[in-house]
Amino acid sequence: RRDVLVLTPWLAPIIWEGTFNRDILNAQYMRKNLVTGVVTFAVKKYWFFIEGFMSSANKYFLAGHQVNFYLFTDNPEQISHLQMAPENHLFVITVQNHSQWQDISMSRMDIISRYIRSQFQYEVDYLYSIDIDVQLFEHIGVEIIDTLVGTISSWQYTAHRESKSYETRTESQAAIPKGEGDFYYTASFYGGSVAEVYKLTRACFKGVMEDRENDIEARWHDESHLNKYLLYHKPTRLLSPEYYWDEEL
Amino acid sequence: RRQDVLTVTPWLAPIVWEGTFNSEILDSAYRPLNLTIGVTAFAIGKYTRFVGHFLESAEKHFMKGYRVNYYIFTDNPETIPDVQLQPGRRFVIVPIKKYPSWQEISMRRMEAINKHIAETSHQEVDYLFCLDIDMVFYNAWGPETLGDIVAAIHPGYFNVPRSQFPYERRSFSAAYIPDGEGDFYYGGAVFGGLVKKVYEFTKTCHMTILMDKANGIMAAWQEESHLNRHFLSHKPSKVLSPEYLWDDRKPKPPEIHLIRFSTVDKNYKEVRD
Repeated sequence: RRDVLVLTPWLAPIIWEGTFNRDILNAQYMRKNLVTGVVTFAVKKYWFFIEGFMSSANKYFLAGHQVNFYLFTDNPEQISHLQMAPENHLFVITVQNHSQWQDISMSRMDIISRYIRSQFQYEVDYLYSIDIDVQLFEHIGVEIIDTLVGTISSWQYTAHRESKSYETRTESQAAIPKGEGDFYYTASFYGGSVAEVYKLTRACFKGVMEDRENDIEARWHDESHLNKYLLYHKPTRLLSPEYYWDEEL
Repeated sequence: RRQDVLTVTPWLAPIVWEGTFNSEILDSAYRPLNLTIGVTAFAIGKYTRFVGHFLESAEKHFMKGYRVNYYIFTDNPETIPDVQLQPGRRFVIVPIKKYPSWQEISMRRMEAINKHIAETSHQEVDYLFCLDIDMVFYNAWGPETLGDIVAAIHPGYFNVPRSQFPYERRSFSAAYIPDGEGDFYYGGAVFGGLVKKVYEFTKTCHMTILMDKANGIMAAWQEESHLNRHFLSHKPSKVLSPEYLWDDRKPKPPEIHLIRFSTVDKNYKEVRD
């Protein structure tokens, strides 16, 4: 691929179709006997997306490898019987629902970090947080597996640094100084090793809480905090906007 | 940004070329980790004459600002010159036995490095690079080279088709690579990575070298053949372009913007005697 940037200035590969050979990567992954987890939230009306997400993810996400799906929902009764591939497992975890969707989205960071600590670290090696209102149409494979992985937002891919949606108000913990920033990452798809995701979610939630105490809320909520974190803790691998493409574009 | 060369392998390992990385960003990520980088180099027999120039040039260009331990393996400690080093950098002589032929000396490096890691360097360094001594640094070699398992593309073969790679082609050698297989031709003069990983692959290479010895065969390019066999099935996590392993006898092609580490011109026959 010569038309796109395939390597960041800190030598992290940017994954685009055509840059990798999935067979070689599969062989490497299988040798290590790894388990990958996916965390997703279906709160309030979002239960509607469960079936679409789960059936497409079950088919296309790391097909052929063991995947543990952790589905957090306030509506467990709405989940119709989902047929899972033999190597995959689905864990349904009930959560409380909050009044505003921003609260839910911000408390996701807290929930993820707490569950990593109490449970996920013993069950998976790598963990990815993916928004439920997503359907996979193509295989997403082991090319995504690395220590700390961010996805470049399709909305922001062509934007110049000055017009990127970073939080700029210095009162917020998510503030990124003017002129800084590598890429704009989407909070809809990020992950990495369980240890790194723990650090990331803890740091982001800490930022969220501090902002709340100072009566400020970041422009794009948990996504702003995520972008701040990934600026100062560079991802070891980036997924191109091919991996999370907003249909509205 | 480089569009004229391949900068990522099909298994997503970066290929490091000038223009693909930003040293400041890398330094700001690596310096705070307080790493110690080790270097092994073998100066046996007449090869001790290269030590002074190697070390002086390393002091100017290799991992500036980082702690460095140079491990010079030699059969002749008295002939090693005293070189002035920057603070945070030290120099250790590792006495070893001299083998009768240069090929044997070359192949025993894997065993010596492996043994030394187990006994000493695993406690002293985080990353280890194994370099040839008859070489000189001309330009910066920095943290862009750090990775779990690091190999370098041989300068003679980065632009030629795979069928021309001088892999070991005899099927009864443990270093055998069949026609049609192979990613790159890696040079034996530069390899490295996390000290634990270097321990693992030097052990494996030494084992395959011994297997060949038991069968009365010596691979086409000694341990370089075995290294290539190993890296075919256990791919490096980072690949260095020939900037990091150049041969000054070659004319500089347009892809090579900066030569960082290169051979010293010498009379092979005389020095290997």
